[in-house]
Amino acid sequence: MRKGIRFAVLLACLGILAVTALAQQPPQPPEGFVPAASVQGQEKLPAAPLVITAYSVVWLLVFGYLWSIWRRIARAERDLSEVSRRLAGAQRR
Amino acid sequence: MRTQSVKKLFVPLLILTAAMFAYAPVAIQNAPYESTMGLVQKIFYFHVPSWFVMFSAAGVCGIGGAVYLFTGRKEADRFALAAAELAVVFGLMGLITGPLWGRKAWGVWWQWDARLTSALVMWLVFVAYLLLRKYGGVGSEKLSAVLALFGMANVPFVYLSVNLWRTVHPKTSVVMTLQPDMGRPFLLCSLAFMALFVLVLAARVRLENMRAKVDELYLSLED
Repeated sequence: MRKGIRFAVLLACLGILAVTALAQQPPQPPEGFVPAASVQGQEKLPAAPLVITAYSVVWLLVFGYLWSIWRRIARAERDLSEVSRRLAGAQRR
Repeated sequence: MRTQSVKKLFVPLLILTAAMFAYAPVAIQNAPYESTMGLVQKIFYFHVPSWFVMFSAAGVCGIGGAVYLFTGRKEADRFALAAAELAVVFGLMGLITGPLWGRKAWGVWWQWDARLTSALVMWLVFVAYLLLRKYGGVGSEKLSAVLALFGMANVPFVYLSVNLWRTVHPKTSVVMTLQPDMGRPFLLCSLAFMALFVLVLAARVRLENMRAKVDELYLSLED
């Protein structure tokens, strides 16, 4: 009788352990391909901001670079006229 | 005589380039979506032409460097310097637009694969060229000319890397196999970028010529 009770307690403990272990298992993903409609929203990355950023970067770099060339040419023209003026003055003397 | 013909061509080419860039957004918008990547694939229409310009600039820089090394012609060195700057600017465009596309298409901003790494190394070579010219002092022209040759030698390696190694990047064949609806806007953008390259290179070479003239006049003033 006592042996039977011990066996029943052991079985109950093992059962509790098994249920706890099963409860802690993460949900298994379904096998095979998953349709896009069932994918959670936060996993999707919107393309429009990336495309807008890419084209904005290109235009900013183009106009920034053109502006920098224009500025440097204007400075070089000033230097050229300045040195030409000084050279003409030196030649007169 | 040559300067006059460049001046005559500059304005018509400028108008043509502006017209092509003005129409480019319409052409890109009308191009169909790619089946797997969707909207983000439209970055392609500016991303690839920016690399075309980068490769062309690397070629001009390398040839200019070689001519300067073997003949000592200063004009060639000025062309090389102007082209190196363009290589850095247009390479930067490609290096920024590429990861923006890759983030959506591959799920990551960057991969250290053969194409992306070699492209970055090539860009860094031209950054090194400019740094050497700015801070290298007297005699840095010859060393930078060698660097330009090394940068130019990288071009076929970078271009063919996608065919030679397994990378996440699309192969070179995608350009040749484009459907006409995608091919036409791509051709328009490529021509617009190449025309822009010619215009900006001409302006940048003019700047170098002016600087050389200023230096020459200062030297004669000191004498």
